[in-house]
Amino acid sequence: MTAVELPGVAPTPHPPGEDLVLDVRDLRMRYGTVDVLHGVDFTARRGEVLALLGPNGAGKTTTIEILEGFRMRSAGEVRVLGVDPGRGDERWRARMGVVLQSWRDHGKWRVRDLLAHLGAFYAPYATDRISRPWPVDELLDTVGLTPHAAKRVHQLSGGQRRRLDVAVGIVGRPELLFLDEPTVGFDPAARREFHELVHRLADLDETTILLTTHDLDEAEKLADRILILAGGRIIADGSSDELARRVAGDAEIRWTRDGERFVHAAADATGFVRDLLRQHGDSVQELEVRRASLEDAYMALVYEEESGVRAGTAAASVWRQGSER
Amino acid sequence: MNPTTAAVRAGVQRGVIELRNTFTNAQDLWNYFFPTAVLLVTMFFMRGATVPGTSFSLGARTLPSALGMGLAFGGLIGLSQQLIVDREDGTLLRAKATPNGMLGYLIGKIVMLSAVALIGLVLQLTPALFFLDGIRLTDGGAWLTMAWVVPLGLVATLPLGAVIGSLIENPRNMGLVVLPTFGLIALSGIFYPINGYPGWLQAVAQAFPVYWLGLGMRSALLPPELAAVELGGSWRHLETFGVLGLWAVLGLTLAPVVLRRMARRESGSRVAARREKAMQRAM
Repeated sequence: MTAVELPGVAPTPHPPGEDLVLDVRDLRMRYGTVDVLHGVDFTARRGEVLALLGPNGAGKTTTIEILEGFRMRSAGEVRVLGVDPGRGDERWRARMGVVLQSWRDHGKWRVRDLLAHLGAFYAPYATDRISRPWPVDELLDTVGLTPHAAKRVHQLSGGQRRRLDVAVGIVGRPELLFLDEPTVGFDPAARREFHELVHRLADLDETTILLTTHDLDEAEKLADRILILAGGRIIADGSSDELARRVAGDAEIRWTRDGERFVHAAADATGFVRDLLRQHGDSVQELEVRRASLEDAYMALVYEEESGVRAGTAAASVWRQGSER
Repeated sequence: MNPTTAAVRAGVQRGVIELRNTFTNAQDLWNYFFPTAVLLVTMFFMRGATVPGTSFSLGARTLPSALGMGLAFGGLIGLSQQLIVDREDGTLLRAKATPNGMLGYLIGKIVMLSAVALIGLVLQLTPALFFLDGIRLTDGGAWLTMAWVVPLGLVATLPLGAVIGSLIENPRNMGLVVLPTFGLIALSGIFYPINGYPGWLQAVAQAFPVYWLGLGMRSALLPPELAAVELGGSWRHLETFGVLGLWAVLGLTLAPVVLRRMARRESGSRVAARREKAMQRAM
């Protein structure tokens, strides 16, 4: 087994320049005598999609609320769109979009009325580069609510309601978008459409997106970079491949031979399979090679943070559990 | 366009939309019409009784008083209720997440509640004219008096409603406001003159806007002779203006501070926590 480095976070580089949309250094938050965040560090560049993962109670919501300017921090340097969120003015507010969990507001409003109304607040903040707000018809089409434009908000289904939330979040054509568990309650088709929308926002409009989710598959699909927040710290920061490789160097190989099942873990899966086939040839059936997934990495890293066990051991234990399943 | 102008304009638009929404909602309509109907029935049965010391219909005296009470009630209870509900369901947080959204929100509420109060006024006034005698609606002076009493009454009560709504977080505690308000109405000579009350009770009543709104509306709609049976034997316009004005100044001074403090504390997790509580209540 390859030596696994402790995922003590490699200090995030702080590249200078205006491209830095989020710049968080040593963010700390304390409620009374309880420290919720002790030293969170990360950055995000323009057009980057970041997924913030972590167990419940790890401080994800607190972190996001501080960045949104809805909560004052205890200490640390934070710049959001170049501005301290504790002092952000309305011009700053106009450059970001917020999609929170569980809205039930504006139930009596019609979908189109609500989007047109909220959009009106952004009109004065249009710039040469970004026209604001997003035209209502186009926006309705983008989030797939055109057939429901005349409905009252309380008549929408859960998934439609969530799409409306997303529409409200982007009606001002934000440069930075916060998405708090955006796809809860989506059916697979709606989820796929939503993923396409996120890609479109990030690629075409260069919107920087910070999302939280418990769906690791979603994080893997959407995010350029994944941050794992546990115990009030960022314990991992990288692409999902990087994270997976960091925790578990071994791949898992499964096959059957003469009706018997085999499972083997190897660092060099290709080499192992080559040898296996050379040795047993045609009798090898149902060959499967599985690399460590983001889920494996996540479980291992969080387990390690919570139990204080070294990542390598933790990873191995997760693997073992995985094999026994 | 200047951002503040845009927000004010959006706020007015918000008021109009909410007005339309509330007048196409069966539950809301019921809430508006039911008390009005009760009042009208009460006045109908009071039309035979007379104001003590005169031969004037007690029902006709009650009508303008009740209109004044309606204004006070709409301003105080209406706005605080809306604030509490809107805080719970996330409407306020949405406004906070929108540039200048709080300004737009407040203007929307003021437009909407003022319109509801005025519509309520007309709703009660019109049918009452058919069975009550002595209301001088054709008199230009009546409209002139209402033209300052009604807006001043709204300015005196709406900011107070905002303060109350900001201080109460749990919708269940709304009773803390509604019950004393009913007590105050009983004190304020809406349904019966308070000349017979002990002096200190009269003083308490005259410290609050409800009494003066009732008096102001009576002064507008009743014949001048009836001033004689009021406290002090006159309509006391100057005092009405003074007391309502003081409440307006107090409300307008306090409301921005309290509203800002409340808005600052709003966040997604607070809305989520309230939602959880509301769900538990519903179970």
